Amino acid sequence: MKITLKLYATLSDLLPAGAVANASSIEIDEAATLNHIIDRYRVPRELAHLVLINGVFVCDTDRDQPGALVEGDVLAIWPPVAGG
Amino acid sequence: MAWTRKLLRVNLTNGTVAEEGLNMGWANDYLGQRGLATRYLVDEIDPQCDPLGPDNKLIMATGPLTGTNASTAGRYSVICKSPLTGAVACSNSGGFIGAEMKMAGWDMVIFEGKAASPVYLHIVDGVAKLEPADDLWGKSVWEADKALHAKFQDPQTRIALVGRSAEQGCLYAAVVNDLHRAAGRSGVGTVMASKNLKAVAIRGTQGVGNIEDPKKFMETVKAGKAVLAENAVTGQGLPTYGTQVLMNVINEVGALPTRNMREVQFEGASKVSGEAMHEPRKSDGKKNLTTNGACFSCTIACGRISTIDRTHFSVKDKPEYWINSGGLEYEAAWALGPDTGVDDMDALTYANFLCNEDGMDPISFGSTVAAAMELYEIGAITDSHTGGMELKFGSAEALCWAAEKVAKGEGFGKDLGLGSKKLCEKYGHPELSMTVKGQEFPAYDPRGMQGMGLAYATSNRGACHLRGYTAASEILGIPEKTDPLHTEGKPGLVKAFQDATAAVDSSGLCVFTTFAWTLDDIAPQVDAACEGDWSPDRMLEVGERIWNMERDFNMKAGIAASEDTLPKRLLSESANSGPAKDRVCDLDKMLPEYYAARGWSSDGSITSETRQKFNLPG
Repeated sequence: MKITLKLYATLSDLLPAGAVANASSIEIDEAATLNHIIDRYRVPRELAHLVLINGVFVCDTDRDQPGALVEGDVLAIWPPVAGG
Repeated sequence: MAWTRKLLRVNLTNGTVAEEGLNMGWANDYLGQRGLATRYLVDEIDPQCDPLGPDNKLIMATGPLTGTNASTAGRYSVICKSPLTGAVACSNSGGFIGAEMKMAGWDMVIFEGKAASPVYLHIVDGVAKLEPADDLWGKSVWEADKALHAKFQDPQTRIALVGRSAEQGCLYAAVVNDLHRAAGRSGVGTVMASKNLKAVAIRGTQGVGNIEDPKKFMETVKAGKAVLAENAVTGQGLPTYGTQVLMNVINEVGALPTRNMREVQFEGASKVSGEAMHEPRKSDGKKNLTTNGACFSCTIACGRISTIDRTHFSVKDKPEYWINSGGLEYEAAWALGPDTGVDDMDALTYANFLCNEDGMDPISFGSTVAAAMELYEIGAITDSHTGGMELKFGSAEALCWAAEKVAKGEGFGKDLGLGSKKLCEKYGHPELSMTVKGQEFPAYDPRGMQGMGLAYATSNRGACHLRGYTAASEILGIPEKTDPLHTEGKPGLVKAFQDATAAVDSSGLCVFTTFAWTLDDIAPQVDAACEGDWSPDRMLEVGERIWNMERDFNMKAGIAASEDTLPKRLLSESANSGPAKDRVCDLDKMLPEYYAARGWSSDGSITSETRQKFNLPG
């Protein structure tokens, strides 16, 4: 199934070629965990700080559960960032 | 010690300057900068005075660590009664002038009265003189700064100025120092201009050597710098992407106020984001971002230095803007961009340059333009008011035009200079003003970030993110992650952020250190620098005392607890997309618990027990 993967800030360069506005459409297995995807795109787990599915935070202890994503979901990941 | 124990009192009416000893009893209770200067203000002005009359005072104040080699120890604040809100104003700035004031031997400068004609204050170490500034009046910040530097022939002189917007009465005018750092919020620049004070120029050569325990201080400073360097946010994220990294984050979580807070997500966010500032332009292959920059003694260096595409309509015939200057920080980028619906990075950068050049708070300016755009859309403002400019959401031309008009106080720029509240009242729709206590919102929608809603509603200077930045916890997980859509626990969280921030704002350090530091890192540096014992608990107590003192001033100024609220839009119109879809800000679920946590009565007034606990003045 297809989801949208977004990688931001210092993770931007890890997106597949052809990504637009930090987003790329990717194909994943329905049973994939978030950590499977994080590892597949070589995002160091310690830098997968802010992990959002459709804008909702997923804490690191919940990232090994299979089937967390459904077709059309948006998975967005940031390293530790701040501002204000 | 760290304090110089001296303040300079400048009577603009009489044209006199005088040295005074610092009230060390107050310094022990309020530390410095925000706390100590507000203590002086509370003591010296009538809370109900006219903010733009001679009875208001303007205080420029450093903290005890300002000018030392502690990381970020370059901060100073401008304190007065605000003309935008009628509340206490305390606006904090970095750059270099705070450290220069300290190195000239002064903890603070108090301006009182009003000069008969324009003047500037020139301080060289222990000597201070008022000089005529008739030739500077009518000049922008950048022009006047250039003229003064040419006169002094000393690039090390640091200058804080007001621009033409302040002279023309724009109610959200800033005091700009070092060309593009600013005490930006609440109209402190408007107060400075009301006193016919154009600039303060300072050269200090004395250093800051009066540290209580130098060896311990150096050890604590070194330890603090190591923490900042090793932290992923302060060591890598902020230097690389600046605060602008938040644009995509806040949009993704559905808390990016859009088009005068009608919506919570902006379709053009990625085009005006921190990541976009790193993208090469099609026209010349250059990036918007030139480099990052640091304020005095800062080891984070989050500042943005940027350029505008020379072919852009805003500057193609204006080579004076083909420069590298202070670029987009997140709050400014949001107000100029998503809130007005404009996704043109160069237009935002140009408007931001003008805000620096003529000293407008870009948050209040952008938010006021957004309100004007909504008023235009519903027909309350028409082409006859604007002289033909179509003030439509998303119009980069309108945004740039508005910045030019407010900068010079020309035409409809006068109305835009009123701020959102007075503008919306003037055109018959006060409900469209996105303000608290008269001050415009920054870049976090309370429907998608419940704690920020409470922080805005209870902020002592009106809507403001820097009085209690719960976004750090609710979104960024600092110091720990809380759910942005939950109200549980938020009253305590807001109070904790408010008190800690008040203490940091009184130290001379930058609040951005708190993305890595806690008071356990800060207190040892203050303790080593200052006489007495400064524990984290004492710092928190000082912060809570300051908060109560500010609240007390506001209530005496006539600002009732009923103003601890949010615009109706945020309380009754649901978010239309994202995780907060169908949510409003549930302020009523948080406010009573907040009052109780503060030791206030259920009607929001400060109890006699709390007054006594903190020994509040008067």
